[in-house]
Order: sequence, then C-alpha cells, then structure tokens
Amino acid sequence: MASTRRARAALAALATTTLVASGCGGGGSDQPSDDVPYDSPVTLVWWHNASEEGPGKQYWEKVARDFMDQHPTVTIEIEAIENETLQRTRIPAALQAGAPPPDIFMVWGGGEIIEQVRDGDYLKDLTPYLDDAFKNSVVALDPWQVDGKQYGVPFRWGLEGIFYNKELFAQAGITDTPKTMTELKEAIEKLKGIGVIPISVGAGDNWPAAHWWYNFAIRSCSPEALRAAANDHNFDDQCFIKAGELLQDFLATEPFQPDFLNTRFSVADGSAALFGNGKSAMELMGDWFRGTASTFASDFDGEKSEYVDRVIGWFPFPEVEGAPGDPTAALGGGDGWGCAKNSPIECVEFIKYLSTLEVQKGYAATGSGLPVAKGAEAAITQPVLRQIADATAQAKTAYLWLDTTYGATIGNPMNAAIVKIFEGSGTPEDVVNAMKAAAAR
Amino acid sequence: MTTTNRIHAEDLVDFASAGSAGPRPFQSSSRAARIRRKWYEIIGLTLPAVAIYTLFVLVPMGFAVYYSLFRWRGSGAPSDFIGLDNYIGPYGALKDPLFQSALMNNIKIVFGSLLIQGPLAIAIALLLNRRFRGRALFRMLVFVPYVLAEVTVGVMWRLILTNDGVFDTVLRDLGLDSLVRSWLGDPNLVLWTVLGVLTWKYLGFAIILLLAGLSNVPEELSEAAAIDGAGWWQIQWHVTLPLLGPTIRIWAFLSMIGSLQVFDVVWLVTTQAIRSLGAANTMATYMVSEGFLARSWGYGSAVSVILFVISFGAALLYQRLVLRRDLQGALTERS
Repeated sequence: MASTRRARAALAALATTTLVASGCGGGGSDQPSDDVPYDSPVTLVWWHNASEEGPGKQYWEKVARDFMDQHPTVTIEIEAIENETLQRTRIPAALQAGAPPPDIFMVWGGGEIIEQVRDGDYLKDLTPYLDDAFKNSVVALDPWQVDGKQYGVPFRWGLEGIFYNKELFAQAGITDTPKTMTELKEAIEKLKGIGVIPISVGAGDNWPAAHWWYNFAIRSCSPEALRAAANDHNFDDQCFIKAGELLQDFLATEPFQPDFLNTRFSVADGSAALFGNGKSAMELMGDWFRGTASTFASDFDGEKSEYVDRVIGWFPFPEVEGAPGDPTAALGGGDGWGCAKNSPIECVEFIKYLSTLEVQKGYAATGSGLPVAKGAEAAITQPVLRQIADATAQAKTAYLWLDTTYGATIGNPMNAAIVKIFEGSGTPEDVVNAMKAAAAR
Repeated sequence: MTTTNRIHAEDLVDFASAGSAGPRPFQSSSRAARIRRKWYEIIGLTLPAVAIYTLFVLVPMGFAVYYSLFRWRGSGAPSDFIGLDNYIGPYGALKDPLFQSALMNNIKIVFGSLLIQGPLAIAIALLLNRRFRGRALFRMLVFVPYVLAEVTVGVMWRLILTNDGVFDTVLRDLGLDSLVRSWLGDPNLVLWTVLGVLTWKYLGFAIILLLAGLSNVPEELSEAAAIDGAGWWQIQWHVTLPLLGPTIRIWAFLSMIGSLQVFDVVWLVTTQAIRSLGAANTMATYMVSEGFLARSWGYGSAVSVILFVISFGAALLYQRLVLRRDLQGALTERS
C-alpha cells in the first residue's frame, strides 16, 4: 500500500516538475507546487475509528466513493481501526515511525492536538485553506486550534447534560426538569422518597465522577481563567478551588448509589446499566449515553431499547447558584480529522468535504454521533438526540472535557483527585495541587 | 529442581577436567582443535539467545533508563532533559504519596502471600502426599486455579465479589447477612480481598512445587524414623520438612518476585477509582496508569526502572542470604 502511494507521489511529483520546467513555474523554487488540488493523481490513506460493521462504517465508505467520483484524480484508501487501538497505538506509532503516516486520521482536540503540534509538528496547518463561510458553517472549531491556528476540523460534537427517567420523575411527583441546583436537590430528595437511586455515576472509572467537578468549574471560572488553564496549564485562579467546594456541597445530599467507587460506567453492573434498568433516575453524561444505557438494559431483554427510548429525557446541567461564572456554559466532546504535515492538498479538501452540510446530514442519519455542520441536526429523528443537537447548535460557550483539554498527563491525576473528594478524604485544594504536580511531569 | 541444576553444572565441570587430565598422545593439534571447536559451539549455540536477549531485554532496559531522564509525552524525540527529577524531584515518583502507597501495597502482598500461602500450601501438600482414593483428582483440582489465565480469574472474581454479586448472595442465603461487605468498594478492605484472590490463584502453584519436592524425599528416611518409633507428625516435622527446605525457599523466592510485579489480577479486580485512591494499587498498576495512560513516558520509564531495581535488589539479596546453600556452584562462585 505504502509503496503504491510512494510510486504515485513520485509520479505526481514528476508530472508537476515537468509542468514547472515547461514554464508554468517561475517562483525560482524547484519544489513541485502543492497548492492546486486535483492537478495530478494522488492517493489518500484515511484511518478512522468506525471499525464495527454497521451504518457508520458503510457511510464513510460511501462518502469516500462519492468524493472519488467527483474528483477522479483522487484515490482514497480506508483503514477502519478500533478506537482505542487507533488513538493509543496505531497513530502514535505511525507518527513516530518516520515512514509516511496516513494522510487523514482522527485527531482529538485539546491537549492531544497541542502535543501533536507543539512537540511533534505532525499536523498540517489548515488555517490558510478555511474561509469564513466554512468557519461559520460548523460548530466547535476551537478545541482543534493550537496557538491560534486550525490544525483539525471536528466531524462529531455534542454537549453534555443530565439524562433522566421520565417515568421515575412522574412517580416521584417531579413535574418539571430542574433548572437550578436547588431544584435538582429537591428532585433528589423526592426520588429518595420512592426508593430509587437519584443519580448513578460510574465513579469507578474516575472520569464520570470528574465530570461533575468539570461542570462546577466551568460555571465558576471566567473564560480567561479557563483559557489560561488550557493554554498555559495555569491553575492559580481561585475558581478551581470553588469548583471543589461546590462539589462537596452537592455530595452532602448523597445523590449517588452506594458503592459508587466500585461502579464502572459501561459494563454489565455499571452505572449505565443502573439507569437502563430503571434503578436510577438520572445520570450526567455525553450524547452517547442513550446507546450505552440501551446496551446494558439487561432487565428488559428483548424490548430494552424500547424501554430506554420510552423513558429517557434530557436537560442541560442546571444553573449553579453562587457560581460566579457564565451560568449557561456547557461541556462537550467530539472527534475531528487532521491531515499529516506532508499530505497533499487534496487531504484538506476532503476534510472540508466531510464537514459539509450534505455529508453531515447523512452522518447524523446513521445515528453514529451528533453532527457539527449547522442545520444537519434536522436529519436526527430520535427525540433526545434531537434535543441535545438543538442545544449544541444554540450553545454560546462550550468547553471540551477538561481532562482532554489539559491532556491525559494532567487530566488523569486531576480525575483521581476529584474522586478522592467523592470518597470523602480529598479536599478542593488537593485537586489543584494534583494538577500542578502533574503539569511538572 | 535446583538440585538437578547443580548436578548438571558439576557434571559438566568434572567432564571437562577429566578430559584434559587424561592421556594426550597428539596433544598439540587435537587439543587446539578441540578448544576451537568448543568455542565455536559455545558461540554458535549462545549467539541467537544472546542476540535476542540483548535486542529485546537489555536494549529496551537501556532505553527505559534513558527516557526516564526526560520530561517526555511521546510526541517527537525526547528533548526536555530533567536529570533525576522523575525519581527524586519535588514531583518525582519516590515523593508521590500514590507511589509510596503502591510500594507499601506490594510489600503487604509479598508478606501476605508468604504468610498465608506458605503454611497452607505445606499443610495441603503433606496431606496430598499421603496415599488415598482420588488423590490424583484432588491434586489436579488444587492446581486448576493456577492454570487459568489471569484475565479469566480477574474477570471472574470481579463478577463474584461485586456489590450484590454471587459472594454476597451466598452469604445472605447462609443467613450471614452481617458479613456482607463492599468487598471491592471499601478502600480499607479491598487490598485484603485482592490478597484473597491472589491466594486462591497461586496456592496451587506452591502446592505443586512442594509435592515435587516431597517426591524427592527418600521413603527410607521416613521408614527409618517410623521404626525408631516416630509418629506421623514427628516424621513430618523432623524429617520431611527439613528436606523440603530447598523447595520452600525457591517457592518463596518466586512468590516474592511475583508479588512485587503483580499487575493483571489487581488491574482487573479493582476499579481505577480504588487504585487511584492508593487502596489497592501496585507499582506495576501505578506505572501503567501514570506512565502509559497519562502519557508521561519519561515518568513512567522512571517508575519502571525503580520497579526493576527493587525487584532485582530483592532477588539478589534473597539469593545471597537465603538461597546461598541451595544454589552453591550453580549461580554463586564455586567454593
């Protein structure tokens, strides 16, 4: 595969050099001009994470075929690789190896893309190729920026919120979804009254618990403080302590299932199963939660997906009284594409194509994830996902998961310190200290 | 096992010296040829092993030491040289309370394994060494947990011990409700739960080793003791156990090294939250969490070097102090 590609690249280079030599050039450089797409045959190698047979994988194959039909000079070779293997093994190894990496591959925003750009210089700067019309047509470009330049473009993005069980809410006499923390605490007391777990959390995996702290943090911190934390790993602002205090205050209501330290998120005895089986009434999670809860709804075997779809509802994280920051700030997450530094210009064109309204509508219809192109949410039929997509499209400020933003080096110890608050032995100051210590590693 | 090793080593030495001491009519040419051939054989036979060992053990170890001197996140070549900061800097591994708790947990597992598995295994081995119906079946059953893959054991025990899992249900059915605990969720309890699983898993290995050792104890000695009027207990205590000494010492050595490096069962039975609280993490799980998963490759390398030095140091000390007699002539210098 690689040798074919190299042969074709050589052929392309030869063709371009001939053009330059015959008078089309004149810039004095004997490098082939790479800025004009579709003037010579290229092969793009594309690594994505839709590895399971299904609509997601088939859709990317169709998109690649469509693009090749529109641009006959382009050949796209797809390799679908399981998510963790792709992100943690294949891509780092390919980038380190020195041999040409894939042209287009999945890139996570925040700390991950910062490391790929600042430490390795692996990614192509897309800034010159993206006009304002494109930038206005998609949401959430920010997490894929490094030092003010765009190195990646998202294809999937959704906000986090609280999923709730409509039937259990009705049983407990909760008529409206909580808008403020006070209302949420009232709902918790009512749900305890009917003997269900008010909120399930997969604290055993650390990050699901940490997301509660993240939400308190983005409601406590100013955009400047969050930016300083993301870009310079500066965690001096008092708002990060405040987040821990708000969390402690919330934990005092004992909203979670007992034994939460031993509860993971997406396993048979995990928190998503508690929700999917009607044992808990709420869970804070990203847009994939509906799918996870359905998968692990073992008590309703045969009609499990129907049960979850019948009862599931969604509301944004409530307003936190006493938190000094933006009361509507939300957290979100997604996946993006990047081009290898030396990939041909057609790679950029293909990435832009993947974020067009047309392609994004089709992607949304597969149910694989929420789209980034504004207007594509119309293609979503599932009510809860539609609600999240609408909220996502309207959100004024959305921040990427904080552990992703700061990179795993800081993110993992931060999550661990937050869990210590859940357990009872940690303090708000411990979280900030853990982040500072990790930043020095 | 060790005794056979020693015999082999001595045999080889004896054989070589006997050869050179014999009559040598065509001394000069044949002796030189023989020495040459011997060296060809030594080089030819060891070279593949040495090459593989160097390439896949020594070189990676060298790299680990090298990486451990850098702050390195795995992107690009390591360039941020920080000396020994990953070891003893203000945020170095040796000063991290979480690493210290991992080390303490390892030490508890070492002694817990020795003190629980040792007496249990000896008792069961002595029992299984007697002749009775179905002995072969019992011996096989005892060994089954050790044959199971670590992953299987970890997943299985996680399902059994989880909140309201099989174990709790059985306790309740027996009317022992008061004993039901959060076996894997209580930070004060979880290490003992893990130790229980490790005991279940590795007890069979100790028993098999000891049974092999027992089969080397000559029957005549027991018979002689019996004729002299010794009872079964006296025979075991004064005859069998002392002769079992070398086997017990080797088992303890293997158990100690295994306990220092234990990873898979702990990783699968406990949650990340429990480990990151320091309740049941080990040096190896700490290395994977803080190095691999947190993408601090330099720091993780430093932890792996510390783990190596501790295990290697413990192994050397044990060999020098405890195994000295058993290994004489094989691993230590001949005296």
